[in-house]
Amino acid sequence: MTHKEWPLYEVFIRSKAGLSHRHAGSIHATDDQMALDAARDTYTRRSEGVSLWVVRSSEIVASDPAETSAFFEPAEDKIYRHPTFYEIPDGVENL
Amino acid sequence: MYTQGLDQKEQSSDKRDALESAADLEAFQKRIDAEQKIEAKDWMPAAYRRTLVRQISQHAHSEIIGMQPEGNWLTRAPTLKRKAILLAKVQDEAGHGLYLYGAGETLGTSRDEMIADLLSGKAKYSSIFNYPTLTWADMGAIGWLVDGAAIMNQIPLCRCSYGPYARAMVRICKEESFHQRQGFDIMRELCRGTDEQKAMAQDALNRWWWPSIMMFGPSDKDSKHSAQSMAWKIKRFSNDELRQKFIDVTVPQADFLGLRVPDDDLAFDDETGHYRFGAIDWSELNDVIAGNGPCNKQRIQKRRKAHHDGAWVREAAIAYGEKHATKAAA
Repeated sequence: MTHKEWPLYEVFIRSKAGLSHRHAGSIHATDDQMALDAARDTYTRRSEGVSLWVVRSSEIVASDPAETSAFFEPAEDKIYRHPTFYEIPDGVENL
Repeated sequence: MYTQGLDQKEQSSDKRDALESAADLEAFQKRIDAEQKIEAKDWMPAAYRRTLVRQISQHAHSEIIGMQPEGNWLTRAPTLKRKAILLAKVQDEAGHGLYLYGAGETLGTSRDEMIADLLSGKAKYSSIFNYPTLTWADMGAIGWLVDGAAIMNQIPLCRCSYGPYARAMVRICKEESFHQRQGFDIMRELCRGTDEQKAMAQDALNRWWWPSIMMFGPSDKDSKHSAQSMAWKIKRFSNDELRQKFIDVTVPQADFLGLRVPDDDLAFDDETGHYRFGAIDWSELNDVIAGNGPCNKQRIQKRRKAHHDGAWVREAAIAYGEKHATKAAA
């Protein structure tokens, strides 16, 4: 039998209701249910989460770090998107 | 601590490294100096990647091998509570190994490659795990001293420049504290017990003290590798600094227990505010690292056997996974 490596999954944990899932690390598993169980046993031994997502690492699409400046550049010169760009006249409240 | 054996430099890598531009290296060093974290897909010098793969994988191997000395006493814990606690600690070590293999994989190696290097004997793991656990008191000494030394080393690693390793260390440090406390708790119970129990605790301290001190590695003047690791902010404090800190905090704990640290030269220096301690027998550490410690062969043989005996489980899991994927597709 040829040697096969188990697929790699990325693990995301929601620590409590109201917060979003955050990346915690990775695990290897041969199917989705095993991935959930392995993620629970590896990353939540101290009740760190109320919800787990596991995603095959090969499914993650990421921005290219080498292109970071160019990729995020469009927002850089649009300072008018920030509330601090605007002057609030004296005497005006609740704006 | 996890860099034993990193001082050897590979010749073939020098030529590849020469192709890296001075500009790239300078830009990288600027990021490091500015305390920026390096993430998995960021540009990094090949030597930075290489040293981290070795350190992280050695750290992971240490956790997995470290399960054996304590695993030895699971069936002989004195009470059910102590057994459950020790089980939880050993399980944590497995988990720590997994966090670290995961961090290692972000650098382009695979779990299988790292495991293969451990089983072949190519990869190192911390020397401390090559000592035998002869009594129940060893569980106390290991938790108190070995995990204590590990904590001293691991807290600065939480701020190491490589993001995935630093984050794994944060997770590990949160869990490590219970390990040390359960060890100290065991020692405390023994020291408050019968004369025989207290003698057992003293005997364990006698055998584990010096190996724990040696965990911090050679003196800095003898560690060629340290300077580059410090420059890249992988290593934050020198071996000697961490070792001194460990001794300073641990001796008062031994005093509390009423145990004697097996060092005739140990004395508090009022001027420096630190403990002076005796000469370390580096030949012992070198011998253990070279493979001649009491349990080196046993540790690797056990790991090889476990890996071999578990092959059918891995194969069955893969077959099951593929079968269900096919079913779902159909």
